[in-house]
Amino acid sequence: MNYTLDFTPVINGLPSLLAACLGTLGLAVGGMVLAIIIGIGGVILRDSPIRPVRWLVKAFVELIRNTPFLVQIFFIYFALPLAGLRLDPTPTAIIALGINGGAYAIEIIRGGVQSISKGQVEAGLALGLHKSQVFRLIVLKPALRAIYPSLTSQFILLTLTTSVASAIAAYELTSVAQRIESDSFRSFEVYGAVTLFYLVMSWLLMSIFGLIQSRYFSYPVK
Amino acid sequence: MTSLEHASPATETPMIVMEHVDKWYGEFKALTDINLAVRAGEKIVLCGPSGSGKSTLIRCINHLEIYQKGAIRVEGITLGSDPGTIDAVRREVGMVFQNFNLFPHLTVLENCTLAPMRSLRMSKAKAEATARRLLDRVKILEQAEKYPAQLSGGQQQRVAIARALCMGPKVMLFDEPTSALDPEMVKEVLDTMVALAEEGMTMICVTHEMGFARQVADRVIFMASGEIVEEAPPEVFFSNPSHERTKKFLGEILHRH
Repeated sequence: MNYTLDFTPVINGLPSLLAACLGTLGLAVGGMVLAIIIGIGGVILRDSPIRPVRWLVKAFVELIRNTPFLVQIFFIYFALPLAGLRLDPTPTAIIALGINGGAYAIEIIRGGVQSISKGQVEAGLALGLHKSQVFRLIVLKPALRAIYPSLTSQFILLTLTTSVASAIAAYELTSVAQRIESDSFRSFEVYGAVTLFYLVMSWLLMSIFGLIQSRYFSYPVK
Repeated sequence: MTSLEHASPATETPMIVMEHVDKWYGEFKALTDINLAVRAGEKIVLCGPSGSGKSTLIRCINHLEIYQKGAIRVEGITLGSDPGTIDAVRREVGMVFQNFNLFPHLTVLENCTLAPMRSLRMSKAKAEATARRLLDRVKILEQAEKYPAQLSGGQQQRVAIARALCMGPKVMLFDEPTSALDPEMVKEVLDTMVALAEEGMTMICVTHEMGFARQVADRVIFMASGEIVEEAPPEVFFSNPSHERTKKFLGEILHRH
């Protein structure tokens, strides 16, 4: 192997790569927030007394979970302008990530809600609380606690999936790396560095998830 | 003024009236022609073999179970399809469950203040003062900052009683409150219930604790196969039951204890 490592392009490109890491984290956090909203909203609507609403949520989950994310993000980016909705790549990527993550979050959070005993709901109702209060004040937190590990690993996956947004040239790490690579032809060095950056970002997010867990979900259970 | 003092002494005004109540679970008829009037301050013990409909009956009173025929009135409010009447009744009727059903993510104090603050719009300070007074009454105030999982079963059930009392109910429903407890914890819960009875609370208790029935019940009601078979004051019920099924049931249950 006569390949000589040359990290000069990486070192020269470091400021833009680090800035792009922030872009990636922005997409990830934006996507997670949207996914949580869609996830919780979807779980509520999935138990709606109105049958077409339940059906719509199920269809949404099926559609998103059984089609590739790359196609979804292209669809949102190229198809929506035909419907008169033109968005920049970065908001498009956040929406696509949120929709995709949201579909998975619906199924995960639903599992958590189903794990809560009926007695909890009945105790809340018997105390005069409305159904929506029972969900929000009694069911939601223990349900999220129950599925917290699944939800956070789904969110790590969402963070790594932000790299797909390079396909529509959203501002994030992979697309900036591609530019540096095509200028320098130092593929190994550039993607080696980028791999390391993703790893560090995942670790960072996992430790934040851990902090949130110990802060909000650490009440004792038997 | 505490919630317990809301309860008036026994008068002739029926606080709960059930008229010709029928309930089905699909094809299975769970309750048949239930007629029951409970006066303010009265203590009723409901007993009967498992599957006889006792729990179903009291769960109809606060509309945790829907029923297909008949009428139920609580404090003059007719339970109807109007959700407003259901909420109104639930605010008047406290319930204690077999499995305690404390909220695991809330402290003992928060378990007690949640519904008064959210349902009665009570201020936090007032809700906490009420909760502390009632937790003190069930002798568990020192555990106020703990979480349910840190308490024993008996302690959890006493918290559940305090939590229900924090809403200032006029009636308390007990659904086998000691059945899930280890034997050594039954007494502390029964003592709490006896104290509540002595303070004049209107109570309907589904229980097999016949000592409790003897001590506090004004009437013991025996149910079988979804029907009220027999009702009598405890001294008559235990010494001179009139129905065969009652005799058989008492034979089994008193033998076991």
